[in-house]
Formats: sequence, structure tokens, C-alpha cells
Amino acid sequence: MALLRPGCPEVRDDPDSELVDRLRAGDEDAFVALAGKYRTVMLSVALGYVPNRAVAEEVAQDAWVGVLRGIGRFEHRSTFRTWLIRIVINRAVSAAARERRSVPVNDMEPVINAARFDAAGTWQVPLEPWAEQVEDRLTAAKMATRIMSAIDQLPPRQKEVVTLRDVQGMSSVEVCAAFDISPANQRVLLHRARSWLRQVIESEFGGTR
Amino acid sequence: MIRLTIGSRRDLVCQQAVELVTDYLEGVLPRSQRRRFEAHLAGCPDCPEYLAQMRAIIALAGSITPDDLTPPMRSDLTSLYRRWQADDALDNPA
Repeated sequence: MALLRPGCPEVRDDPDSELVDRLRAGDEDAFVALAGKYRTVMLSVALGYVPNRAVAEEVAQDAWVGVLRGIGRFEHRSTFRTWLIRIVINRAVSAAARERRSVPVNDMEPVINAARFDAAGTWQVPLEPWAEQVEDRLTAAKMATRIMSAIDQLPPRQKEVVTLRDVQGMSSVEVCAAFDISPANQRVLLHRARSWLRQVIESEFGGTR
Repeated sequence: MIRLTIGSRRDLVCQQAVELVTDYLEGVLPRSQRRRFEAHLAGCPDCPEYLAQMRAIIALAGSITPDDLTPPMRSDLTSLYRRWQADDALDNPA
């Protein structure tokens, strides 16, 4: 299976290579460290496919069994986390089939309400400036909490992409490989997610939404 | 505030510029598009703030740290690992 799409640059150093080597050597602490590090991401990805958190927890457990079975054959052709997420997706798809639930994907809503612009396409009302305010530590902590709950409300695909890219700090190459989506598709999902999150925070500062 | 909308078809308007922000930040805009985007920013009273807000959103999302494992989660994982090792030893006796 080709993990890299044509046009994607090569995967750089795997941030987990040391933990992965230790896991291979049978180090229980390395397992717990990796499981802790990727818990949130795994649940978030699984929730894109299955209906509730309980099933997502089962998927994550199931995925770890798959990781333990497969780790001896893992060849570093992708980063560990890309490989892990693909396992989660596989398990989640099977679990979703068992749960017989189709996942609605609604990515068609406009990024910003057209009513915010005048006929010439210029902002009707000047933007409330707040970008600098969120550099303040207390404000940032409060807004980060708000973003966390807003991410949870995103459509599944957008939620997965923004969680992996912006929360987890994965590269676009890794995310494309994990979900087997094109770089352009990934950017559309990321753009919609970020734009919506911006509007959520804007409304926290009293701006129009 | 007086806003000038210059009538050239090659100039971006705000509504178009906001749709290009992610491609701009990802560094994938073709050079000509990037120039138009930056030219719009240079002359627009609002879109630089919009771009700064999108950057702030990315920074905020990046500041979220995954929840630490609670002791029960930790012991669940440890027992999963030990169970697997025991099964593995049964499947592949030395």
C-alpha cells in the first residue's frame, strides 16, 4: 500500500521513533506513554465513524491490540502516528458497520455568512480586533477551552483534520496519508474548521457571527 | 471610514481574500495569487486583522494539551498490555 500520495514530500523524522523502538523491545512504560499521548486523537478519529464515546473507547482498545500485534512488522514507511490512525480508522469502520450507522457529512455550508459582506465583497462592519488580546495568558486559556468544546461540535471530517493538524501538530503529509485524502481536500476541511472556530471566538468577543 | 474599492478585475475583495487564508498559510498559493492576496492585505483595513485572528486560532488550538491519563485509565492500559503479552506467549511459545 502506498502511504504517500504523489506530490507529497517525504515523511520527515518520526517524533515517536524512540518510544516505538522501546515498545518493540517489550517496554510496558513505552506502551502506556504512547497510549496516553494518542488517547484524545484516537477517540476523536473514532468518533468520526462511530455513534458514541463508549464505542469509540472500544475502537481505541481494539486498535491498540492491532498495534501490539503489528508493531514487529511496522517498517517506518510512515510515521508511527499515521500508521496508528490508519489502524484506528480500519477498526472504527468495522465497528461502525456493526453499529449500522452511516456518517452524515455536511461540508457545504459557506465559511462566512455572505451577509457579512456588501455588494462589492467588502466587510459590511469593520472586524472587532481581538487577535492581540488572545496573546494574554488568561484570555488564551479561556479561549482554548472554548475552542476545545467548539472542535467537538464540528462535522466529523473537519474535526479529525483540525485535531490532527492544529491540536496535535501533525503535518499535512501525515494527515493526508492517515485519511487517504488529497492535499486539496485536506485544506478544504482545515479551512472550514478553522474559519468556523474563528467565528466562535469572534462571538466570544462580542463580534457578529 | 471611507473604503476604496478599486475596480480592477485582478484585485481581490475581502470576501475572496478570506477564502484564501488557509492556502496562504499553508504556502500553496501560486505566486500570482499570493501577490494579489498580499496586495489586498496591504490596502485593506480589516483583512490583516482577519489573518491575525486565524493565526491566533491555530495557536490556541495548538495550546490544547491532551488530557493526562487518570490512574484508572493507566491501569486499564497496563492490563491490556499484560493480557496481550500473556496471549502472545501462549500463541508463540518459546
